[in-house]
Amino acid sequence: MHRLLSNKWTKVAVFIICLLPLAVLTNRALHGRLGANPVEFVQHATGLWTLRFLIFTLAITPLRKLLKLPELIRFRRMLGLFAFFYVCLHFLTYIGPDQSFDLAAMWKDVQKRRYITVGFLGFILLIPLAITSTAGWIRRLGGKRWQMLHRSIYVAAICGVIHYYWLVKSDVREPLFYGALVSILLLWRLGDRYVKRGRPAPAKTDPKPEMSRASADAS
Amino acid sequence: MLIRRSPDLTYADITPKSVYLNRRKFLQGMGIAGTAAIAGTRLIDLISPSHSVHASTKLSTVKGPFNTDEKITPFNDVTHYNNFYEFGSDKSDPAKNAQNFQTSPWSVSVEGEVAKPRTLTMDEILKLAPLEERIYRHRCVEAWSIVVPWIGFSLNTLIKLVEPTPKASYVAFQSFYDLKQMPQSRGTGLDYPYVEGLRLDEAMNPLTLLCVGMYGETLPNQDGAPVRMVIPWKYGFKSIKSIVKIKFVKGEPPTTWSRMAPSEYGFYSNVNPTVDHPRWSQAKERRLGEIFRRNTLMFNGYDDQVASMYAGMNLKKNY
Repeated sequence: MHRLLSNKWTKVAVFIICLLPLAVLTNRALHGRLGANPVEFVQHATGLWTLRFLIFTLAITPLRKLLKLPELIRFRRMLGLFAFFYVCLHFLTYIGPDQSFDLAAMWKDVQKRRYITVGFLGFILLIPLAITSTAGWIRRLGGKRWQMLHRSIYVAAICGVIHYYWLVKSDVREPLFYGALVSILLLWRLGDRYVKRGRPAPAKTDPKPEMSRASADAS
Repeated sequence: MLIRRSPDLTYADITPKSVYLNRRKFLQGMGIAGTAAIAGTRLIDLISPSHSVHASTKLSTVKGPFNTDEKITPFNDVTHYNNFYEFGSDKSDPAKNAQNFQTSPWSVSVEGEVAKPRTLTMDEILKLAPLEERIYRHRCVEAWSIVVPWIGFSLNTLIKLVEPTPKASYVAFQSFYDLKQMPQSRGTGLDYPYVEGLRLDEAMNPLTLLCVGMYGETLPNQDGAPVRMVIPWKYGFKSIKSIVKIKFVKGEPPTTWSRMAPSEYGFYSNVNPTVDHPRWSQAKERRLGEIFRRNTLMFNGYDDQVASMYAGMNLKKNY
């Protein structure tokens, strides 16, 4: 397992898998199988995949600790960037077909509709994270500050769930399902912190290189 | 009169298209069963109805009034993208889950503040008046819209028949509900049976259609078979489906969506581009088949027929 996760081709494979939702959408579009309301179909699909990729990204740290698979960290940046990729597509369906590229109208909508406001906020929060996702930016900002900045993914994920919850009419089961996943991943972090504080000893007996701890904590 | 179906044929006699298609499929299936078995085709696919097959029967109609000349939305879109929460909350659910919905025999109880209450079978309803085809705009509260050639007649034909008493000020409608047939209704967030209502003058308005078909045929299960309302100047959820009860009452009856979220869905729910849903704009809508949104019209473009009923009313308050 460790060797598989360290293999460079695994990363390529994961990259291709992450593109599958887009491939399926494109294939459906080319064959006229986006249903009666294609814009809405693409909008919902890209929105859902944004939320899913945010959850995959947030799941990396708990999984690598619970499964003792530190190599999983190699995939985190890619998953986060795919969340950003799908949110960009999602945003395009909003500013294009919904708002006819009218920026003034869009801004009014963002201010007036709370589900749009919170969704837009989540999108904005992800922009600096995508920009500073490179090794160069980690160096420039320094591990601690970079990690602080990247904790805003927690807020972005919560925004995504609220955005979804406020959008549905009466059947809230799906938004609650995603809300539960995000809650579990965030609560696990709280628990993990609590445990670490309560037991300072293991940190001394098992010292980690500064860099890897920084990136691990910024999950 | 000439448009009536031959009287010796009753609604129950008509073989639903799905049944005869199935029969044919079954026979075909028998013929190629051996080959299919070898090829690994699941026989069940040959004998169970596919999604695109509906229990429909041709209806003969006359041209009705109030027709729009806008492009009619394709049948397949209207039947595969709609809300019927009893069969699930996703707009692709009704087409999937309403396949085996039992709509025959069917009767509608007309009761309450009327001189002549009665229970009408589907056959009786179909013979109450000449069936008209009416091409209406239909605007969903979710800001999408369609153009549908409905079949039916003005509800006021039925109302006159039962003679409402002076006490009758409102009409309450109730949908069929059976958890066994509609297990997907669980968890959709609404109380069932679905109920709706109109003021008596709204119910008497000639636009208000008691609808038994669309696109030249009886209603597909997922679109509210066998009988539903179509009230084109109100948001789609007012046009209650699969009606089993029509009751004339004194006071404003409860309505399903309003009961679920009173601040979001009012009793009137007239299409109004100037009164937004608390969470989204109602100024524009997406006509199915179009990419960009178009402006929503006051009363969905039917203000000539209905605006007078709301003269002097505050439509922001009475949303």
